[in-house]
Amino acid sequence: MPSPQTLFDKIWDQHVILRRDGGEVLLHIDRNLVHEGSFHAFGALAKEGRKVRMPRQTFAVADHYVPTLGRERGVDGAEDADARHMIRLLEENSRVNGIAHFGIDDARQGIVHVIGPELGITQPGLTVTCGDSHTSTHGALGAFAFGTGASQLKQILATQCLWMKRPKTLRVIVNGTLSAGVTGKDVVLAIIAKIGTAGATGHVIEYAGAVIRSLSIEGRLTVCNMSIEAGARAGMVAPDDAVYQYLHGREYAPKGADWDRALTQWRALPTDDGARFDREVTLDGTQLEPMLTWGTSPEEALPVSACVPDPQTLGDANQRAHAAQALAYMDLKPGTALTDIRIDRAFIGSCTNGRIEDLRAAAAVLKGRKAAIPAWVSPGSTALKLQAEAEGLDRIFKDAGVEWRASGCSSCAAMNGDTVPAGLRCASTSNRNFEGRQGKGARTHLMSPAMAAAAIVTGRITDVRKLVS
Amino acid sequence: MKPFTTLTAVAAPFDMANIDTDRIIPVRFLRKLRNDKAGYDPYLFHDMRFDGAGKEKPDFVLNQPAWRQAGILVAGANFGCGSSREGAVYALLDYGIRAVIAPSFGDIHYANELQNGMLPAILPEEICRGLREQLQAEPGATLAIDLPAQTVTDTIGEAHPFMIDPVYKERLLKGLDDIGLVLERLPAIESFENRYHADKPWLA
Ligand code: SF4
Repeated sequence: MPSPQTLFDKIWDQHVILRRDGGEVLLHIDRNLVHEGSFHAFGALAKEGRKVRMPRQTFAVADHYVPTLGRERGVDGAEDADARHMIRLLEENSRVNGIAHFGIDDARQGIVHVIGPELGITQPGLTVTCGDSHTSTHGALGAFAFGTGASQLKQILATQCLWMKRPKTLRVIVNGTLSAGVTGKDVVLAIIAKIGTAGATGHVIEYAGAVIRSLSIEGRLTVCNMSIEAGARAGMVAPDDAVYQYLHGREYAPKGADWDRALTQWRALPTDDGARFDREVTLDGTQLEPMLTWGTSPEEALPVSACVPDPQTLGDANQRAHAAQALAYMDLKPGTALTDIRIDRAFIGSCTNGRIEDLRAAAAVLKGRKAAIPAWVSPGSTALKLQAEAEGLDRIFKDAGVEWRASGCSSCAAMNGDTVPAGLRCASTSNRNFEGRQGKGARTHLMSPAMAAAAIVTGRITDVRKLVS
Repeated sequence: MKPFTTLTAVAAPFDMANIDTDRIIPVRFLRKLRNDKAGYDPYLFHDMRFDGAGKEKPDFVLNQPAWRQAGILVAGANFGCGSSREGAVYALLDYGIRAVIAPSFGDIHYANELQNGMLPAILPEEICRGLREQLQAEPGATLAIDLPAQTVTDTIGEAHPFMIDPVYKERLLKGLDDIGLVLERLPAIESFENRYHADKPWLA
């Protein structure tokens, strides 16, 4: 009997081309994704006179710099000349290198971490890379997916492999069952609050336990997306029938006899009983409430029933110093009930929570209600936008007074003028509440789509469970 | 890549943990081209360094005369967490910083520093704090980094051993090029790919 292996061990071993002294391996990369921000890597590649070695393994999509308004005007709809240039540059780099390109007008356009799974580019057992930290998202389908910087991206483009040291493994087990109104976003915020933003540095997380198994594919994608916010190299969930059903028939998923063959291989991937992880953390999902962040780090998150903490009561000196600064930036006082915090803006979208289930959850809260504050929705992909429109979700948002926009990174990273003005407070379904992330001086509270929708209705942080029963 | 062996430079104490890459370079500058004429140095720590009118904030460490020429940063834990943007490294390098000393780093940023011939030196939390205290007490003082010996020598001449993986150390010392190291092994790579894709033809 071979010794029991984790999901990660299996994928890693299958992709090792060779080993060097010192424990470094050359890893084969199955799928590489690029976006407008990848221009540094393409530029450096061209400067060195190198070519993309396996262009069929790279997929390009315009997401970071595409505007969410004026999309009927194509690239010209981008107000900023630099942004237009970057969108065109990606198209040009893709053409020159023979890479599949989903441009601003393509029906397959969307946020890179939404369309990877949506088009079946992401599959169980694959190594997936992208010059973006939230590449961890794709691990929800049972892939080893991780972000790189421009230099490593250049290496992948030039060689289709990457030198790497084996990361450690951390299993995060979430037991029990979630109560109504508690979502994947709340689960991952609770995990980060528990282990900290550096809690998984150097590790690949495998999420396991009854709660994770019960999550939809969308919910798992949300959880894996924010792995990087706990410092992890990647996050993953063992593939199961839900994943196979999700993938079946998608454009780049295997077909016919290949599908059957793939399925056999995928079914062998989940972690074996008795496999060893370097670390393990357990949470009780039954205890979880809707969560939100009060500070400027994703670990500064609390249940909605809590109050703004007194920095002096927090863990270590670093956390105390960070929290004091965060409260000043967020203009909050210790002891304030989170539900007493006024909200000025809301953003529903991003690679964390811009999927169909997220849009449905927000629409369910907004149905028949009116927005008390300016808010907009940007679906995670153009295909999802159409799907949501077919389901009538756009009408619900518009009737509530919420803007229905096109797909892109938008307000998640203050792109294309989708910024939150300085001093204003935004309920956001994205993944980072860093100072200035949504605009200079903008104050971000991260939460689930349902919670953001509740804030839209009341203009303050609201326990969505009290609004809808 | 430029090899890294030793560096003696003014070191700036950056007394803050979890410095994310959005702070090191705000997203709006990532669209900027970087070439011989235009570096990324003006964007480094932009919103901490400059006020809304573009004027320097006098309190910020790199705006103080003693540390304007800093070549080393001594920071808190989890330096460079967050976004994978390599622009953060370009901004540090173009400003003139070639080494960051911290108790820990964000994984992607750590790799990005190495890829650009920068040294991310890991020293225990207490040592980093001690170094920052020395540098505060003696603004403009230098630290000496010796990569072959894996030490940081502080302002009173005490050498502190830092951690770095031997593989990364060799890369930095020799200024090795990752792509070159790969392409030397092309036959092994191709035979792997043939075998691998025979088993998974839909991926080829
Ligand atoms: S939505 Fe936000 S986190 Fe996701 S890829 Fe875009 S900018 Fe990055």
